[in-house]
Amino acid sequence: MKSMEKRVAYLRERAKELRKSALTMIYEAQSGHPGGAFSIADIVAALYFDEMNIRPEDPQWADRDRFVLSKGHVCPIVYAALGHKGYFGQEHLHTLRQEGAILQGHPCMKKCPGIDISTGSLGQGLSCAVGMAIAGKRDKKDYRVFAVVGDGECNEGQIWEAIMSAYTYKLDNLVLVIDNNRLQIDGTCDEIMPNIDLTRKLEAFGFETFDIDGHDMEEILATLAKCKASKNGRPKCINAHTIKGKGVSFMEDELAWHGIAPNQEQYEQGMKELREAWCSEENEEEDPTTVEEYLEGMKELEGGAK
Amino acid sequence: MMAGKLIATREGFGEEIVTMGKQNKDVYVVDIDIGKSCKTVKFRCELPEQYINVGIAEQNGAGVAAGLATTGKIPFVVTYAVFGSLRMVEQIRQEICYPNLNVKIACSHGGLTPANDGASHQAIEDMGVLRTIPNMTVIMPADYVATKKLVKAAAETYGPMFLRFTRDAVPVIYDEDQEFEIGKAVKISEGKDIAIIANGDTVRLGLEAKNLLEAEGVGVTLLDMHTIKPLDVDAVLEAAAKTGRIITVEDHNIINGLGSAVCEVVSEEANAKVKRIGVQDQFGMSAPYERLLAMNGITVENIVATAKEMLGR
Repeated sequence: MKSMEKRVAYLRERAKELRKSALTMIYEAQSGHPGGAFSIADIVAALYFDEMNIRPEDPQWADRDRFVLSKGHVCPIVYAALGHKGYFGQEHLHTLRQEGAILQGHPCMKKCPGIDISTGSLGQGLSCAVGMAIAGKRDKKDYRVFAVVGDGECNEGQIWEAIMSAYTYKLDNLVLVIDNNRLQIDGTCDEIMPNIDLTRKLEAFGFETFDIDGHDMEEILATLAKCKASKNGRPKCINAHTIKGKGVSFMEDELAWHGIAPNQEQYEQGMKELREAWCSEENEEEDPTTVEEYLEGMKELEGGAK
Repeated sequence: MMAGKLIATREGFGEEIVTMGKQNKDVYVVDIDIGKSCKTVKFRCELPEQYINVGIAEQNGAGVAAGLATTGKIPFVVTYAVFGSLRMVEQIRQEICYPNLNVKIACSHGGLTPANDGASHQAIEDMGVLRTIPNMTVIMPADYVATKKLVKAAAETYGPMFLRFTRDAVPVIYDEDQEFEIGKAVKISEGKDIAIIANGDTVRLGLEAKNLLEAEGVGVTLLDMHTIKPLDVDAVLEAAAKTGRIITVEDHNIINGLGSAVCEVVSEEANAKVKRIGVQDQFGMSAPYERLLAMNGITVENIVATAKEMLGR
């Protein structure tokens, strides 16, 4: 068992590398959604590199934990996680949104290994997650289902239909993560369609709720552990307070960075900031620049942290 | 022999889905709070572990079914045709057809059959809308026997499907040993003068019209086109070549349903005239079913008259 300190350090590194990969993908494609990808980067790192029971070499393994990206437009961060985990070759990480690519503009389960359900039209993924979780219960399997939903996405009525059915079917194997970055496309959530208090709402809908800082890796891990331990018949909701664009100063909390790609100057500045962020002194000199170099370095770090 | 007995196709679904569920534990029903009317009560009582009710929430029902299907289940989402198509059409497109998941949408109250309920509950666009979505199969059985056979075929054939049943009791047309294959029309009769292509409840109207025409010496090819997608192109072309005159009959808008599907094939690949009988691109109202059909010319008399007009008799 890794110590909490080492796990946190390792996962922060992972999250940083996911952000770098995602930014590179969006820059190379000159298209994509960096803001919301960065707000969930830490949670995605924790799920894929610590929490979820998955087998990259067997993406269809029947007993795997499922991941549903209901806010499908931020898929580059998940593609980065799948690529770094080895679900597909690293070369694919340079093909986002290209003709014939497995990395479609929004996730396609038929093209990309590791995608458990196609998403892209907001409000629908959580219902699919509920279906997967019901199947798990009926088949007496231990797998769990993690669904990431945006706070803006909670405008969609279907989200609340899905929430009601999760309670009805006592899906304590379902973890709903709300990426509460307080921004949607045309303005702040408060301006467009206020969510008021999602934790209280979910509590009222029968969920067991957790209010956390979605960028505090230690808190993320502790909360995921609580979700796993709690087998009380209540579905879980992690209301993750996040910052859209987290990790690149000029993107943080900026509405404009919802769905645009950086130019070369912005890309280089962003990568520089990401490289420097959370970099412990001992790692600073050997900061890798490519995914391949990074993965080599990670193998050593992973070995040391176990 | 059941032939001639009156029974609604929704009853056939309610019985067959239980048989399917008992044979295969992966067959599920996802109800949307109209199970009683759609005849899933027996399934709910006998197979509770394979039964889910999502309440009055069609969109969620479609998504839950998609999620179930990713784990190997074969969910049948059950509601009225107007809701099982239009109320959740984007969910069907995004989460069922695009990923090509093995979900069946099995609906009662197709066409004008919820007659007293009025236009809000009558489904006249459902098959047309759903047949435009890639990967979707669209089926409407003509009677109780056809329903049971096609529900079984649907459960045993991979892919997204829409099955449309109806509310009212209709005569049983087929013998128990009649075979049905998804995408293959049933040729009820063969004649050289005119072809009638119908589906669902209107097959019985086609059958009556055929008998009347035959009594007057007109040779009629009658096809039950229970699957409008994929359409049995060979059967249409054969009928077109043999008769040169086709009448389509359906309880659906004449736009984009069976008649349109037949026209698409004939206009590209055959030399025949097609007349479409169906709902005249207008909403229904609360009225007796037979009256609603008559308002749209979906009658035996109109089929016969149209045939005579085409034959110049």
